[in-house]
Amino acid sequence: MPDQLLYATEAALNGLMAGVLYSLVALGFVLIFKASGIFNYAQGVLALFAALTLVGFQNGQVPFAHLINAVFGTDLHHFGWQLPALVAIVLTAGVMVALAIVIERYVLKHLVNQPPIILFMATIGMAYFLEGFGDIMWGADIKKLDVGLPQGLNETIDAVTFEAFGYGFFIDNLDIVASVVAALLVISLTLFSQYSKQGRALRAVADDHQAALSVGISLRFIWVLVWSIAGFVALVAGIMWGSKSGVQFSLSLIALKALPVLMLGGFTSIPGAIVGGLIIGMGEKLFEFFIGPMIGGATENWFAYVLALLFLVFRPQGLFGEKIIERV
Amino acid sequence: MRKTITAIALAMAVATPAMADLVVPNLSYRTGPYAPGGIPYADGFNDYFTLLNERDGGIGGEKVVNPECETAYNTEKGVECYEATKGSGALVYNPLSTGITYQLIPKVSADGIPLYTPGYGRTSAANGKIFEWVFNYPANYWDGASVAIKYLLDQNGGDLSGKRIALVYHNSAYGKEPIRTLQELSKKHGYELIEIPVDHPGQEQKSQWLQIRRDKPDYVLMWGWGVMNAVAIQEAANIRYPMENFIGIWWSGSENDVLPVGDGANGYKSLAMHGTGMDYPVYGDLKTYVYDTGKASGAGDQVGSVLYSRGMYAALVISEAIRKAQELAGHSAITAAELRNGFEALEITEARMAELGLPNFGQPFAASCADHGGPGHALIQQWDAAAKKWNLITGFIAPDDEVLTPLVMEDSAAFAAENAIAERCN
Repeated sequence: MPDQLLYATEAALNGLMAGVLYSLVALGFVLIFKASGIFNYAQGVLALFAALTLVGFQNGQVPFAHLINAVFGTDLHHFGWQLPALVAIVLTAGVMVALAIVIERYVLKHLVNQPPIILFMATIGMAYFLEGFGDIMWGADIKKLDVGLPQGLNETIDAVTFEAFGYGFFIDNLDIVASVVAALLVISLTLFSQYSKQGRALRAVADDHQAALSVGISLRFIWVLVWSIAGFVALVAGIMWGSKSGVQFSLSLIALKALPVLMLGGFTSIPGAIVGGLIIGMGEKLFEFFIGPMIGGATENWFAYVLALLFLVFRPQGLFGEKIIERV
Repeated sequence: MRKTITAIALAMAVATPAMADLVVPNLSYRTGPYAPGGIPYADGFNDYFTLLNERDGGIGGEKVVNPECETAYNTEKGVECYEATKGSGALVYNPLSTGITYQLIPKVSADGIPLYTPGYGRTSAANGKIFEWVFNYPANYWDGASVAIKYLLDQNGGDLSGKRIALVYHNSAYGKEPIRTLQELSKKHGYELIEIPVDHPGQEQKSQWLQIRRDKPDYVLMWGWGVMNAVAIQEAANIRYPMENFIGIWWSGSENDVLPVGDGANGYKSLAMHGTGMDYPVYGDLKTYVYDTGKASGAGDQVGSVLYSRGMYAALVISEAIRKAQELAGHSAITAAELRNGFEALEITEARMAELGLPNFGQPFAASCADHGGPGHALIQQWDAAAKKWNLITGFIAPDDEVLTPLVMEDSAAFAAENAIAERCN
């Protein structure tokens, strides 16, 4: 196989893996949009908040320590214990559920029947609030996130491809784990929505709010449920991205990577989020590989949007989005 | 109504510094993606001035106040902060952002306020003949690029011909600064330069590091900031790039950049323009007058870190310039224009650094009308992941002025032509 083809294949494989990580973020957006018609601007910040909380629990960090010390003149920082990763994840998931309840009770409940743009604006407010709240609660320093996930070169793939082609492919172990986790997440979400009572209620709400209400489905409960699930998905995305770069405030910007995925895959489709992520990931890596060197590189950020826009020209609802037909 | 007006007037009197205070605004960033770099720098900056106020009663009997304004490392917000604070009697600005610096250069030149950008900003501002109000000593980006190449020359018996050196850089005004210098140096030393940009914020760099894995450059230099640094070091560890051949600029050499990577960062190198850690006598006074009295800036948890030390060093240089300006003016309540004279006449010797409690911390330098850039010497430090500590592995290395001086002259002449600035100091 010619060298260029080998390198392009490696870039494409890595693009697919990166695409899975984009999909993890996009999934949270899709879940909330599907169930409530809200484009949740705060999804990236939810991932940041979840990761900050996870590291805080794991390291026994005292929440609001800076504030407490400033007010009471104390010198509190840590409780002095380390929690196992699994316990910290469960506790963080609990916090995300509590956050969902608070969001429903103090924000969404008061905005029922408001136009979507109002709900969207509310999520912008939530994003800024949560970012500041996370800062006060856990501090702005970069934190190392270690939940025991493997990272770095996968030796087996390197050895096998070297044996076959004379060039060992680089695939990051963390990306492989992320792919498996994303697959499990999608299967679980699909099973939940198809076979559980709450899942069916969720789909009913997604189809028609009024009709769902008329058969006794509690809209408030569904909103709490869907925000909790989106919070859990944000936690998974936060773990994957946080393991790569440490937990720090630019983690919230990963939402920017999810937008072209949503445009391409459609805002209402879980498979769309996955397929969209894979296309964007692979497309941007291949473009950077073939065209990047000719135009100065750093093409990935903008090319993802160009690719999504190209798809929109031919399929405005996205690959898997629902086609809206309004009759006059 | 009268009560309300009185209350507002009182509140304003409390909020704005007394006219006799020396106002040194702190354009900091404690929020957003670059906060982990902005917080320690701002804390070191504030704490040093607090020390002078608490221990010495200020500078020349005048208290120093540091009104903070949050820029979030955003150029527009930085300019807003400048406009909002310049009326308070601001003496000097130090925005810790090359993007903000570029926007402020014409403004400070028009308003007559010094701009101090140690180790960042517009490199050719080192030419005081053109940039009357800007100072960037003791070192700038081009000095950094040259020192890195000189270090590599030293590692290769003085010959880099045939070597391949990759520059991984933040795709911004800051990250692009060293390219011209490295290109010129490549002509002189015969190495091949591979330029690899990384877009803000640098969270995803897989393509860049796959390229490095394929191209196998002998060395990688990095001009990064924020999360880009930690991700780059992590990716380098992932592809098993030899860390001892990976060198960052001083803005890619703080604890924030290596700690998240853990053991994988062991051996990574960076430039440094000053010492770090708490083994300096000044920390005794800081403890007595600032930390133990609860007057430390922020959470007080950044003390002794690389970026805290850099913020403290910037405050030290500004305070010495204020002292010099007071001496030249013959009075203590100096103006911004008088402070500019102080910056231009400033000389910091090793004896003075020792007297200030920071022996062997920074390079001695003497500014002049023409020289606003200082000697440009830099150290190389290496990360020890087990000890979680930076170790200095060289002494101060001088840059290649034979290459740099013509570049500075050329760039500053272009700026002078664009802005119709007449050369001074003749």
